[in-house]
Amino acid sequence: MQRADLSSGPQPQRRVSPWPDRLFAFLALAAALATLALLAGILISLVVGAAPAIREYGLSFLWRSEWDPVQDRYGGLVMIYGTLVTSLIALLIAVPVSFGIALFLTELSPAWLKRPLGIAIELLAAVPSIVYGMWGLLVFGPLLATYVQQPLQAAFNGVPVLGALVSGPPVGIGLLSAGIILAIMIIPFIASVMRDVFEVTPPMLKESAYGLGSTTWEVVWRVVLPFTKTGVIGGVMLGLGRALGETMAVTFVIGNMNQLNSISLFEAANSITSALANEFAEAGEGLHQASLIYLGLVLFFITFVVLSFSKLLLARLKKGEGART
Amino acid sequence: MSLSFDAGRLAMHRRRKRTNRIALALAMAAMVFGVFWLVWILIETARLGIGGLTLATFTQMTPAPQAEDGGLANAIFGSLLMVSLATAIGTPIGILAGVYLAEYGQRSWLGATTRFINDILLSAPSIVIGLFVYTVVVARMKTFSGFAGVLALALIVIPVVIRTTENMLALVPNALREAAYALGTPKWKVIVTITLKAARAGVLTGVLLALARIAGETAPLLFTALSNQFWSPNLGHPMASLPVTIFKFAMSPYENWQKLAWAGVFLITLGVLALNILARVFFRNKI
Repeated sequence: MQRADLSSGPQPQRRVSPWPDRLFAFLALAAALATLALLAGILISLVVGAAPAIREYGLSFLWRSEWDPVQDRYGGLVMIYGTLVTSLIALLIAVPVSFGIALFLTELSPAWLKRPLGIAIELLAAVPSIVYGMWGLLVFGPLLATYVQQPLQAAFNGVPVLGALVSGPPVGIGLLSAGIILAIMIIPFIASVMRDVFEVTPPMLKESAYGLGSTTWEVVWRVVLPFTKTGVIGGVMLGLGRALGETMAVTFVIGNMNQLNSISLFEAANSITSALANEFAEAGEGLHQASLIYLGLVLFFITFVVLSFSKLLLARLKKGEGART
Repeated sequence: MSLSFDAGRLAMHRRRKRTNRIALALAMAAMVFGVFWLVWILIETARLGIGGLTLATFTQMTPAPQAEDGGLANAIFGSLLMVSLATAIGTPIGILAGVYLAEYGQRSWLGATTRFINDILLSAPSIVIGLFVYTVVVARMKTFSGFAGVLALALIVIPVVIRTTENMLALVPNALREAAYALGTPKWKVIVTITLKAARAGVLTGVLLALARIAGETAPLLFTALSNQFWSPNLGHPMASLPVTIFKFAMSPYENWQKLAWAGVFLITLGVLALNILARVFFRNKI
């Protein structure tokens, strides 16, 4: 077609005019700026929405435990505590398991199993959180109550701290079940980051250690892990960010009770996300809604810090990798 | 003397081997642990979901508590409508921003900042997106609406598409771009007809993954689209969606609602996993 154009003489439109190029560059830039504007918009809208509550309570909102819509008095301590404790339980379970999975996938698994198992773990991340929630409430919770909570209570009855941790009604709903389900949900995120960073360890390093007679465990524990520790921590932070912000699964199983009477893990509680999910649509405009938005702001702030930390650590590993090769 | 030295070495050797064996066994147990949950959840969902699935699930509206019949037709319709509109809105913006990051702003300060912010938005709690859309749209319009739900979902699509588009464009070899420039092709044409085309399987994978992500999202819809018990194709009114309906029905004590919730959970799981597997198969065949 171009040849035909040439034979019939150059067409004036074929001359490159700069404006389509500029238009396209402008559109791309605008789309990128829109992402930044989105973050700014979220922050501003949350601050504006929470303004009445911020004015009323200031930072003391963070350690007031009272939440009473009837008398219109609010404090976020119960929810913040619930969010932090469930995420902590989730990390305690998920980190060692993810480490084991990453170790298995990088060092032990036969080559033909690597891909299917990797996909299975990634699918675990794809399952919508509402499925986890419903399964947790109706299938997992009752089993947890009968086979874990009741024996634990029987075993630790009367023991000082442990006894208090496992007191409360063993009904399969509460901080512990929420933490366990969160753990299952964040295992795939942490495990796949760990697997990826384990794989960037230079084979030379590992082979040298093997050549000196190290066992597989020693290679992973003393060579691979120290080499990749920033990336591993980045992965853990990513999982933590996910756990803090997870809504539906937690809402189903945490029990939605605004109480902080004991340190028991079996007690029904509330998290920031579950309070938002349950109360926000019904909350009247005014202080109640503003307090809920304040909680959302706190959540966004915490996850922002955690995720930034995770990003920076992972970026540092990448940089180091570039410098070494 | 050398005997006891050897004995000591032998003991240490045995201890190291034992530690190794225990550690590897635990790693294997962790792997089994991970896969175990996936299998268990899928089996339970299928077992309880298929039982509740009938033709009425697709043809009838969501029922009142303890009604005899009823289905999820309006919820399924609402979900399909909102998810497809959100993808249609979010995809072009995401691709354009991804193009900016990969082709224009690789080294610039703005590019680095956008990349960083985008990665945080990617993992940010989706319920916060719901709050944002509530304060910006719902509070202004004084009504929950399907439109607000679409907007909230679109905001979740964008970071996913940006991430994959940028990654996939980065994989396109620079020689391809240089060859096109050498022929005098303007930059926008190089991007549209050469690099984006070369990366299209990857970009499409990203769109499919974004679809799968928002298909199961509940939190951002709770106070944007809310829910609706009736058939309502009007985007200006509250709109039912599958996840929100499941949430409402599963938390209720009514048996017919719980049964429908399981059927809905089964449908969503099936759809999301199918999209995920499709994305993987697609990506693998093209590269």
